[in-house]
This record gives sequence, C-alpha cells and structure tokens, in this order.
Amino acid sequence: MTTQTAPGTTQAPSTAPLVPSFDTPTSEGRKLAIICSKGTLDMAYPGLILANAALGEGVETHLFFTFWGFDMINKKTSGELKFTMLGNTATHLPQGLGGIPGMTHLATSQLKKSIAELDIPEVPEFLDQIVGSGGHLWACRMSADMQHLTEADLRDDVEGIISASDFIELTEGAQLLFI
Amino acid sequence: MPTTTIAGHAVEVNDEGFLTRPEQWSDDLGAELARLIGIELTDEHWKLVHFLRDDFARQGETATLRRVSTQSGTPVKSIFHLFPGKPAKKMAYVAGLPKPKGCV
Repeated sequence: MTTQTAPGTTQAPSTAPLVPSFDTPTSEGRKLAIICSKGTLDMAYPGLILANAALGEGVETHLFFTFWGFDMINKKTSGELKFTMLGNTATHLPQGLGGIPGMTHLATSQLKKSIAELDIPEVPEFLDQIVGSGGHLWACRMSADMQHLTEADLRDDVEGIISASDFIELTEGAQLLFI
Repeated sequence: MPTTTIAGHAVEVNDEGFLTRPEQWSDDLGAELARLIGIELTDEHWKLVHFLRDDFARQGETATLRRVSTQSGTPVKSIFHLFPGKPAKKMAYVAGLPKPKGCV
C-alpha cells in the first residue's frame, strides 16, 4: 500500500541536519600505550605529539617512560634534553662537525627555537598539557632502580613506578607505540 | 557541497557536517550546532567559541586546542570539561569553522 499525498500539499523534505559523528561507538574504548625509551630532545617529541593528538581525539592514553626516556620525567633533566648531530646522518652535515665542543649546545638551541616557532611547548610544559588532557604517565621500575631514583625525583603527576608486567596488564587491549 | 538546514537556516556543509562558509554562522546557529552535539552553551563555552571566531578572522585558520588554551587563558583541563571527547573539533564545529589543521 502506498501513501498518497493529498493534492495541493507538498511532502516535507527530510530535515534531519547533517551532524558530525564525534562520539561514535567504534571510537569508544580505544586505548593507546606509548613507550618512551629515548632521552634526546628530538626523540622526546614524537611520543608527546602523538599522545597529545590521541587525547584530543578522545583516546585513553598511557605513556610509559623507560631507560633513557626517564630523562623526560626526571625533574632534574626534563627541561634539559639535548639534541646532537653525532650519529644523526639526517642533519646532512659532516659528522666531524658534531664533535666540535659546543656543537651539541648549538644544535639544541636551534632545535628548541624551531619548535618554539611552531608554538609547540617545551617538554615539561608539554607533559603538563598531556596530563591536563587526561593522559597517564608511568615510570619504569627497572630504570628507577638502575638510576637510583624514587618518586621524589620524578614529576609529581607520574602516577607510579611500575614493572613492565604491570604496564602490560594496565594496557590490555591498547594499541602500542615504541619510541 | 551539501546543504543542510539547521535552526531554519540553510547552510553549506562538508561531508562530515562542518560549515564550509564561516560567514553563514551566527550566535543562534552556534547554539543550535552545540545542541546537536549534546552541548548546552554556557558563558564559558561562549568565551571560547567567540575566541575561535575572532582568531579565525585574524589568522585565517582554526586555532588548535593549545592555541585556544594559551591565548584565551583557559586551562586545557577546563576545555576538555566544556567540550568532552574531541574538544578541538567540537569547538570548531560549534564556531562554524573548519577542523584545526595544526598538530599541537
């Protein structure tokens, strides 16, 4: 049976507006774990940028700092990470230059300047933003023991010094990035 | 470009539903866009939405979450509270602007 439209009337067009689906069920429950194992300035950023992006997309995000990555959350070193040309052929400069005294300092200042020009915060402030966005910071038990560090040496917002197995348990079902 | 009708206004949108012509936006429309994504706009929301509008007019691109936070003096945590889930995209949507392009 078909419905007839009475003469002289028009059928209303579909008026449901097109609305972006921000909170789709498929994105719910998505989890990301990022293992930060490097302590150089250039290698600190990939994890921070991706964590920040994931949080902005509503993804539950955990960062696990291990080995040299500990420098990112150690209060003494977090703002002092360095960039060196040595062993980094992607600078496309002669490697010998990297060994000249003061060159690491110069390269670090240059990189910090380029990052600041893009309005990207320094590492400690970036971690503040990540925690403010709901991100979770975890420290590796073995790295703490090796470096004789305790929670008092780390940022106050590090939620705990945990074992590798604890982290694996904590991030069940998460997508994982090792940096 | 598809056209959709929101609060009685015919507006041009992209495939996702973001307004493609920022000049078609008004406060009334913004309130309705917010309602459609489940947000009731308070003065705090409006402060951010108007910041985004003004900043877009000056810069020609949508402010990222960090820019909104630092330039408007609103902590990131509060922005997440006001526009939960995907704050940068939700703010841009309500303000009738394209999604922000910047990474941070």
